Amino acid sequence: MTEIDESKTLKPTKTERREKFTNLSDIEIKRLYTPGDIKDFNYDIDLGTPGKYPFTRGAYPNMYRGRLWTMRQFAGFGTAAQTNTRFKFLLEHGTTGLSVAFSLHTIYGYEADDDEALGEVGKEGVSIDTLKDMETLFSGIDLSKISTSMTINAPASILLAMYIVTAEKQGHTADKLRGTIQNDILKEYIAQKSWIFPPEPSMRLIIDTIEYCAKYVPQWYTISISGYHIREAGSTAVQELAFTLADGFAYVEAAMKRGLDVDDFAPRLSFFFNSHNNFFEEVCKYRAARRIWAKRLKNKYGAKKVESMRLRFHTQTAGVSLSAQEPENNIARVTIQGLAAVLGGTQSLHTNSFDEALCLPTEKAVKIALRTQQIIAHESGAADTVDPLAGSYYVEWLTNKMEEESEVYFKKIEALGGVIPAIKANFFQKEIASASYKYQREVEARDRTIVGVNDVQLREPCATPLLKIDENVAREQIENLQRLRDQRSNEKVQAKLDALKEAAKGTENLMPYIIDAIREYASIGEVMATLKDVFGVYVEDSIF
Amino acid sequence: MGEKRKIKVLVCKPGLDGHDRGAKVIARALRDAGMEVIYTGLHQTPDMVVQTVLQEDPDAVILSMLSGAHKALCPVIMEKLKENEIDDVLISVGGIIPDEDKPFLEEHGLKGFYGPGTELKTIVEFVKNNLKR
Repeated sequence: MTEIDESKTLKPTKTERREKFTNLSDIEIKRLYTPGDIKDFNYDIDLGTPGKYPFTRGAYPNMYRGRLWTMRQFAGFGTAAQTNTRFKFLLEHGTTGLSVAFSLHTIYGYEADDDEALGEVGKEGVSIDTLKDMETLFSGIDLSKISTSMTINAPASILLAMYIVTAEKQGHTADKLRGTIQNDILKEYIAQKSWIFPPEPSMRLIIDTIEYCAKYVPQWYTISISGYHIREAGSTAVQELAFTLADGFAYVEAAMKRGLDVDDFAPRLSFFFNSHNNFFEEVCKYRAARRIWAKRLKNKYGAKKVESMRLRFHTQTAGVSLSAQEPENNIARVTIQGLAAVLGGTQSLHTNSFDEALCLPTEKAVKIALRTQQIIAHESGAADTVDPLAGSYYVEWLTNKMEEESEVYFKKIEALGGVIPAIKANFFQKEIASASYKYQREVEARDRTIVGVNDVQLREPCATPLLKIDENVAREQIENLQRLRDQRSNEKVQAKLDALKEAAKGTENLMPYIIDAIREYASIGEVMATLKDVFGVYVEDSIF
Repeated sequence: MGEKRKIKVLVCKPGLDGHDRGAKVIARALRDAGMEVIYTGLHQTPDMVVQTVLQEDPDAVILSMLSGAHKALCPVIMEKLKENEIDDVLISVGGIIPDEDKPFLEEHGLKGFYGPGTELKTIVEFVKNNLKR
C-alpha cells in the first residue's frame, strides 16, 4: 500500500473556497480520502455480503434488482372521504403502499368537537374520530392487498384496533394485514411532541401492541423507530442516528423485560430516517445504522435469528430543507435526497412535494414527487447494483466515523441512566435545540449557502397555487360524529370503556379491550380519556 | 442605574401543533439580542395565552403556528386580549402563514409575519421597531 502523507490532505490552500469544510454533523471533511483513512478496513467484518451480518451493504442480497423499494407517499387531509379520493389517485399513479397522515386532534386523541381541536380539524392530516371514519377512509381499497403505514403514536393501539376491525368487516382476518404503526413514543418526548401519557404507561401500551401483534397480526410492523422527527426538530445527522438507535435499544430492553423472546418481536421492528441535503453523509448514516443495530442485537441482546439483526427502514426526504423561496428548486433538493436514500438501501421512500414549505401538497406537486422516485428507479441506474458506493475511501471512512460518534452518544445516554431518564433530564431536547440554533446562525452568517434563500438579493413574489383546506371540514366532521353518537349503543360503549378502565389499572394486555370498545364505535377521544383517567398526562419542561 | 428596562417577549405555541424548532430558535435569538424571553411551551389554548400575557406583561408576543390553525385561533386570542383591555402589546405570528391570510390577521390587530427563511436579525429589528409602548 502506498504511504500517504496525511498532513498534505488536511492543510488548506489559498486556492480553496473555504478554510474548513464540514458536513451537517460538523464533521470536518478532508480534501482527499485514501487507503490510509481506512487502514484497518476488513471487508468481511466491516461490510460483509449484502443481506448478511452486519448488513452494512444492504438488508437483502439482491436489493432493488429483485423488487424496487415501496414508493409510499404520506397523505391525509380533510375528511376521511377526501383522503380516500387522494389514496385512489396515488394508487392509480403507481404508488405501492399507503401512508396515512392524521389530523392533530386525532394524534392527540381529542374528538373533533373538543375545545382543544379548534382550528385543527383536517388541517395537517385526515380527521378520524371513530371506526366509521376508518371504514370510509379505506372504502373500495382491499386491505388484504395493500400495506398501510399509519403515522400515529400515543393513540397507535386505537388506530391499529380500528384498522383490524375495518379489515374484519371487509372479510379479512388480522393475520393477512400488512403495514406499520409508528408507535414510537420516545421520539415524541425527544422531538415531535405529540405525547399524551407519561413515559412509563406509554411504554406499556407499546409493549402491549408488540405482544398482541406477535400473536395475531404477525405481518405487522409494530414500531417505526423514528429519527425523522428528531432531525426535523433540528438535530444533526449523527444525533439522528444515535438517538434513534438508542430509542430502539430501549424498546428491545422493555419488551425483553416483559418476558418476550427477542427473536419473536425484533423482526417486526422497523426504522424511519430522514434524508437531508448532504448526500454522502446521509448514505453513510444508513449504512452505519444497519451495522450498529446488527452488532447490538447479536452481541448485547443475544438475537439468534438473522431477521432480528436486519435493520429495515423507511425514508422521507427532509421537510425542513424545503424553501418557501423559489419553491421549484425543492424538486432538485428532493431528487438528491431521494437518491441518497436509495443508495443507502431504503426499503420504502416518501419524496416530499415542492410546495410543502407553503401548504399541504397540491395534486400536481404530489405527482412530481412520485415521478421523481420513478425516475430514480427506472432511469438513473442507481437500482441496478447493490450498494454501489461501497469501497469508496470517503464513504467507508465516513460510515466508520458516524458509528464512532454514535457510540459516544450511547455512552452519554447510558451514563444518564437510559433513554427515559435522559428525556426527563432534557438531554436530547437541549442537544437538538443547540444544534438547530447553530445551524440557523451558520445559514445567516452565510457559512452555509441555501440556494435561492440566503444567496440572492432579488426575490420574486411566490406564484405557487396552494392547497386550501375548506373550513367546512370541521363542521362536516363534527356533524358525522354527533350523528354517530345517536346511532350507536351508548350503553354498550360505556360498558366496554369501563372494562378497559379496569384492565388499565392492572397489568393485562390492553389491546383486546381497546378492540372491543372500537367495535362498538367508541371514539378515539373516549378511549383516550378513559386511559388518561388511569395513566395521567405528561407535562414537559419549556426549555429553549 | 437608570437603564432602560429590557424588552420582554413572550414566545407562544398555541394549538396542538408540536413543531417547536422555529419557536425555540427565535426565543434564543431574541435572548441573545438582549431581550427577556419567556417561552410558554406547547399546546396553549387562547385562555392560557391571555393568562400568561396578564401575568407577565410582555412588550411583544410571538405566536408560532405551523398547522394551519392560525385563522381560527388568532382572532380568538385577539378578542380575549381586547376583553382584558390589553392593547399596547405587539402581537406577531411565526410559521406557515399564506400571504392571502395576512390581511385577515392584520384586520384582527396582528402585526409582523415571520415565514420560513426569515432571518433572525430581521425578527429582532422588527420587534424593536414596532413596540407599542
